[in-house]
Amino acid sequence: MDLQIALLLAQDGVTNGAIYALLALALVLVFAVTRVIFIPQGEFVAFGALTLASLQAGKLPGTLWLVFGMGVAITAIEVALALNERHLRRIPLIVLFNCGLPLLLAGFLFAVSPATLPLPVQVCLALILVVPLGPMIHRLAYQPIAEASVLVLLIVSVAVHVTLVGLGLFFFGAEGSRTPAFTDNSFEIGDALLQGQTLLVVVCSIVLIIALYFFFERTIYGKALRATAMNRTGARLMGISATLAGRLSFTLAALIGAFSGILISPITTIYYDSGFLIGLKGFVGAIVGGLASYPVAAAGAILVGLLESYSSFWASAFKEVIVFTLIIPVLLWRSLTTRRIEEED
Amino acid sequence: MKIQAVLAGWCALTAIAGASAVYAEVNIGVSLSATGPAASLGIPEKNTFALLPTIIDGQKVNYIVLDDASDTTTAVKNTKKLIAENKVDVIVGSTITPNSLAMIDIAAEAETPMISMAAGARIIEPMDVKRAWVFKTPQNDAQMATAIVEHMTNNNVNTVAYIGFADAYGEGWWNEFSKIAEVRKIKVIANERFNRADTSVTGQILKILSAKPDAVLIGGSGTPAALPQKSLKEKGYKGTIYQTHGVANADFLRVCGKDCEGTLLPAGPVLVAAQLPDSNPIKKVALEYVSKYEAAHGKGSVSTFGAHAWDAGKLLSNAISQVLKKGLQPGTAEFRKALRAALEGTQNLIGAHGVFNLSAQDHLGFDQRARVMVKIEGGDWKLVK
Repeated sequence: MDLQIALLLAQDGVTNGAIYALLALALVLVFAVTRVIFIPQGEFVAFGALTLASLQAGKLPGTLWLVFGMGVAITAIEVALALNERHLRRIPLIVLFNCGLPLLLAGFLFAVSPATLPLPVQVCLALILVVPLGPMIHRLAYQPIAEASVLVLLIVSVAVHVTLVGLGLFFFGAEGSRTPAFTDNSFEIGDALLQGQTLLVVVCSIVLIIALYFFFERTIYGKALRATAMNRTGARLMGISATLAGRLSFTLAALIGAFSGILISPITTIYYDSGFLIGLKGFVGAIVGGLASYPVAAAGAILVGLLESYSSFWASAFKEVIVFTLIIPVLLWRSLTTRRIEEED
Repeated sequence: MKIQAVLAGWCALTAIAGASAVYAEVNIGVSLSATGPAASLGIPEKNTFALLPTIIDGQKVNYIVLDDASDTTTAVKNTKKLIAENKVDVIVGSTITPNSLAMIDIAAEAETPMISMAAGARIIEPMDVKRAWVFKTPQNDAQMATAIVEHMTNNNVNTVAYIGFADAYGEGWWNEFSKIAEVRKIKVIANERFNRADTSVTGQILKILSAKPDAVLIGGSGTPAALPQKSLKEKGYKGTIYQTHGVANADFLRVCGKDCEGTLLPAGPVLVAAQLPDSNPIKKVALEYVSKYEAAHGKGSVSTFGAHAWDAGKLLSNAISQVLKKGLQPGTAEFRKALRAALEGTQNLIGAHGVFNLSAQDHLGFDQRARVMVKIEGGDWKLVK
């Protein structure tokens, strides 16, 4: 291995690591706020990339029907609740918000041909289609059992994951897709050729991480999320709704996931079930941070990316073994150094 | 109590009546991988069963299609269910080699013939008491690997690097290819693995490039096999790239795009059916399948994997009509035994993938006509003459 190969491998590792870092942050965020170990995080990656790909192929993405179907389910639940509580005036708003908006979106997609739109508009459309899945999944699957134990929430996560993968196969088919690159520029650095898209992934990830930092530090919603993460009961006493915090964290997780998918789909082929493995590697990163620390989780995810890249050079057959074995010494080290805090209430 | 007893009796009666009605028809049990990692192979197979004849020699034929989710345990469970509950006369399946291997024991124990749609030669070799009940329709990996090695020796390729799936498919190809290449004096100088869902193969590709091979063979199936090829081109590799017949579907061309120009692969003749010379007997059968499939699922939707299911249907309708002529009743052990013998005795049956000439020792029965070399040119498959 000479220096050039080492540099190329490092570049590859950092690119993948940047995506894992984004997912690790989303996982930490969701876990801190809602105690949900969000296994379906990776599915947003696949759904984001494949929705964009089917928009570009001129097909109506199946995600649209999923958003619509979940909107109808939520409407049914909310209307039943409103009737029960005799809040009849809320009903039109509920119907309009949960059924009307998806219908409007469907009408828009039918009216224009998405394949002819410029790329940034397509990206926005894909995000508009995928991101609502986050809060909707929260409303349907997690909000009714918000007080359940971590184990129950984990089991629900597995169920949501399996359901979404099945729907992904149904919507997008078994074969993968790629989307065209955002930029075809490439740069020479020494002997190595640096692809513009690779650089874009890293830059976008850093920008997104900085934006998240400011969201948590400077905005009232970000502070509310942090407060909920620190102490759920205390935050509720201060008037912060746990439901709102949960919904917000799921929206952010979906946004981060879908955006990561759109970022990497020009570099690699994405399949309906690719999300799981990508999410799992983000999870290893999040574990390094103890599912609590954002900077350590991000650093851990970059480490996973680098480890993966170098091990695929030295021993490609054992790559996954090496990456996932990393979790054992990390867990050992964490359980020996951290004081165990019981927070099961 | 009385009502319950009457109900139970009534249920039992209808069950018997229902069962005897079913017995008069031929039941074909199918277990394939329509979901999970092998879905891109299993879905066209599943679509093909809807196109197979439902009446053979005036006898109604039922196809009971189950999905095994590319999972070995489910494949075994499906087989048991088909035999015990549906009383099938023959089993078709599964899509992939590990599942098919696991199904052999159950089919043989129930003395039910089984036709696999998976490539692995181990499904029918070495021939023994159990495998006497087992047949298969896809070409053996060895047959396809020989075609690649032949093409390599004819084109002065001396050193080859291999990169394949880290699963049974990639391992199987590595075993066959490295064996045949050694005999033909081709040096294999790198052996790498990658996963179906990998987002990057940069490490493996850099290692292959540093070995400077004349050609690279990619042992993968479907669109995932495009990733190493795209990485090789991106890093400026100029040599020849070979793929396996696992990539022979339209999605591969769509995902790989211009990076696949000039790629060579062995495939069943159905892939380039229209380009076959008119003298080739396979052309007519293959074109019939292609037109039937595309009429149902749209132009360009056909893949070679579905054709394996079509060939299984061909074998079956030929054998079933022979057995029916003997006046045997479907659903009986005698029927299954005769069906097995009829399958084994198949001679000169033309399928979409080749000509079947089965024997007691060879339960596939393909010859050289069952494979052609294909080149990707202008985003389409071109027959290499």
